[in-house]
Amino acid sequence: MNDHSLDGNAMAGLLGEIFPFEMTSVRALCAGCGAMEALGRESVYADAPGMVMRCLHCEAILIRAVEGGGRIWIDMRGVACLQVHGE
Amino acid sequence: MAGTAVLGRLTWQVGEVTGTRTETPRTRSLIVDLPHWPGHRAGQHVDIRLTAEDGYQAVRSYSIASPPEDSQVEVTVERLDDGEVSPYLVDEAQPGDQLEFRGPVGGYFVWDVSRGGPLFLVAGGSGIVPLMSMIRHRQARHSDIPLTLLYSVRAPQDVIYRAELDRLAPDGVTIAYTFTREQPEDWTGFARRIDRDLLREAAPPLNTRPLVYVCGPTPFVETAAGLLVELGYDAGRIYTERFGATGRER
Repeated sequence: MNDHSLDGNAMAGLLGEIFPFEMTSVRALCAGCGAMEALGRESVYADAPGMVMRCLHCEAILIRAVEGGGRIWIDMRGVACLQVHGE
Repeated sequence: MAGTAVLGRLTWQVGEVTGTRTETPRTRSLIVDLPHWPGHRAGQHVDIRLTAEDGYQAVRSYSIASPPEDSQVEVTVERLDDGEVSPYLVDEAQPGDQLEFRGPVGGYFVWDVSRGGPLFLVAGGSGIVPLMSMIRHRQARHSDIPLTLLYSVRAPQDVIYRAELDRLAPDGVTIAYTFTREQPEDWTGFARRIDRDLLREAAPPLNTRPLVYVCGPTPFVETAAGLLVELGYDAGRIYTERFGATGRER
């Protein structure tokens, strides 16, 4: 485990601008290894200009996001599926 | 908490600093008036955005230290010397300053009295901050849920909220410090990093099935949570929040 990694809480505010859910509880299916994990538990690297969320289990990139100038760019190709619970 | 509550999207809102409190040489609390704050749960955090004169923006996430019962939101920030945001918040921000906030954030690392206990809180350094929100919430609700806090810091002067922790009624509250580098004179308590024996001694008995919240730097959290599972504590009742070795700012 890289010491610079944060947990998924670090990206939850940004994701919360896009999705109307409490995003740390939403689970993601990693397109790399197939692991299903709550976003709040994944690893986040915020050292770069943007943020990178990596799979807790295989370290594949799940989500890359950059915000600035009132815009957000988000690349979610590493997420095969999101699981959102209803009420 | 069942399911993924539909909240509506988060947006930035302006808050005004109404007070500051120096906690330790490296940490300061900011008390903020947020007119549109939707309320939060103990353990959640909030993003803070600073905008420079040239338009450059930096966003970091900070744990909320105040309980849900407070009308104002308090965050406690640790200064990271190479940080972009924390030196301003710790050394510069003054009452009357306006900052941008987005939150609350987080739904996993939260506790309220309805979840019960007994509660075992394990803090490494500034990892105490979200746990303090839980402690204050317990106090605000006059709860008698047994509370054990294990708080690891390098030196006595690094203890955040020391006076307030000392004032907690002893009924049902047990606080253990471990000072990993420098100890007070005549100190007879723990004086090392968390290990198996230390946890076995400090944790509530296994058969009380405590609810455990661990917050601190990544290696601290992984060590503590891993050892607790090895000691037999229910992994399903251990909640963790970790931040990088670079500290609270993220």
